[in-house]
Amino acid sequence: MSPTVAINMEKLTKIFYTNQKKVVALDNIDLSVKEGEFLCIVGPSGCGKTTLLRILAGLEKQTWGKLVIRSKNPEKPLTSMVFQGDSVFPWMTVKENVAYSLRIKGLPKSERLRIAGRYIKLMGLEGFADAFPHQLSGGMKQRINVARAFVSDPEILLMDEPFGALDEQNRLLLQQELLKIWEGSGKTSLFITHSIDEALVLADRIMVMTAHPGKVKAIVPVNIPRPRDILSLRSSPNFGALFKQIWELLQEEVLKAKSMELKT
Amino acid sequence: MAENRIRFSATLIERGINMSLMEETLQEQLSRIIIKEAKGESKKAVFDKGLLLKVLAFLSPSLLLVLWEIFARLELIDIRLFSSPVMIFKTMMPMLYSGELLYHTFISAQRIVLGFLAGAVPGVILGLSMGLFAPVRASLMPMVSATFPIPKLAIMPLILIIFGLGEASKIFTIGIGVFYLVLINTMAGVLNIDDIYLDVAKNFGAKPFQFYTTVAFPGALPMIFAGFKLGMGTALLLIVAAELSAAKAGVGWLIWRAYDMFDIEKMFVALITLAFLGYIFSNLLEIAEKIVIPWQNNRR
Repeated sequence: MSPTVAINMEKLTKIFYTNQKKVVALDNIDLSVKEGEFLCIVGPSGCGKTTLLRILAGLEKQTWGKLVIRSKNPEKPLTSMVFQGDSVFPWMTVKENVAYSLRIKGLPKSERLRIAGRYIKLMGLEGFADAFPHQLSGGMKQRINVARAFVSDPEILLMDEPFGALDEQNRLLLQQELLKIWEGSGKTSLFITHSIDEALVLADRIMVMTAHPGKVKAIVPVNIPRPRDILSLRSSPNFGALFKQIWELLQEEVLKAKSMELKT
Repeated sequence: MAENRIRFSATLIERGINMSLMEETLQEQLSRIIIKEAKGESKKAVFDKGLLLKVLAFLSPSLLLVLWEIFARLELIDIRLFSSPVMIFKTMMPMLYSGELLYHTFISAQRIVLGFLAGAVPGVILGLSMGLFAPVRASLMPMVSATFPIPKLAIMPLILIIFGLGEASKIFTIGIGVFYLVLINTMAGVLNIDDIYLDVAKNFGAKPFQFYTTVAFPGALPMIFAGFKLGMGTALLLIVAAELSAAKAGVGWLIWRAYDMFDIEKMFVALITLAFLGYIFSNLLEIAEKIVIPWQNNRR
């Protein structure tokens, strides 16, 4: 494995057995992610995207295949995940949520609040530090979610459709903010999304997965220079062509997934 | 709309009805104007409604007491069995002044609190473990399911033989009743926590003890408090039974003593005291819940 590679997968396969039925979620995934790269994963629903991230997060184990993750700093946590849906602890205030990983690490309280405070500011959560999540909107909760993952300062950042449930305005705002703090951190990141648009805004490369079983269909590099601005980016000539390319790859799979759904 | 009108007019012409008149009424029907204007609900109206409800809530029990007294005076009910509010009050006052009632209340309250703690603390700890760890649940659940349905009163004689006639047997009787309810509610509370929160803790590298303190315990707290409230109800039930045998004081003892002496008024005084104790304890739990679970305050 070359020194610039952060993650390498060889023939990674995951099989679930439910009710005596064998379901192949991931089928021989070969993938390597460079250090500091932002990789977006798109694919039809149920193609194993989330499973792939959960294996990387250590929440699930592959059935067979090899997974190598390069850790440069053993002090840092290997991965942090921004989960799909509402995963902010309702029993903690905003600042307690954001500082969660530091509490797990056993840092003293003043230190925890100092570090968390920085990310609360970065994610535009100032003034809400002492609020409980149920007092906040969905967009605010996802800001907490992203801040919580960044605070733990992982070597690899995993994001599972973090903005999937948000309205368009909030989505754009959060994309902009994510770009800003990500470009500052240079962390290796894997990001699942349903939106081609979002993938193009964020990614260095986009991995398109096939419908069930999940395989790598294509990996498309996104040649749009950084730092990016979500507005001027959309008017770049590459944008439209790339959108078309990804959609053509994806369309086939979405239709395939639909026809399979009808059969079962 | 316009099309409809033309068609409608056409049918009118066919029927030879006076058009201009019909057109006028039609116009009127089509141009209905709806006006809804609000000038803010007057604060006084809101206040008056709240006051009325409060007055009602106070009036209806008072009325019942008055009726009771009237029925007793007219001897429509047997006062040897049902007594009367005034007679009960007359018995209660000297008991209050002499400190007798306070003494018995204190003894019972102490037993309830100690029994409650003796049941609730192990109930929460075991319930959390059973909720979090499947092997613990698998090995303990059969015993819990098998022993939970046994009425706690049925094991009182056994408890008396084991723990003797002193305080321990009374505290244990209450404790065991509270224990099961808190245990089962706590376990259910942990099992109801969304998997995603456990995944978050796992992803951030939480150690087993941190699963307790940061996810399982706070996540199960609402259910734990539901268990506490049920347990408190059972504790009040069991205190009377526990003080039936081999007790020399307590509100329950007071009831049984009054039974032996056929002192109906004293019995009513003791019953009122029990109701008061129940009210105090459930309010204390309510206050504790608001303090311990601040994130639930606004949801209700």
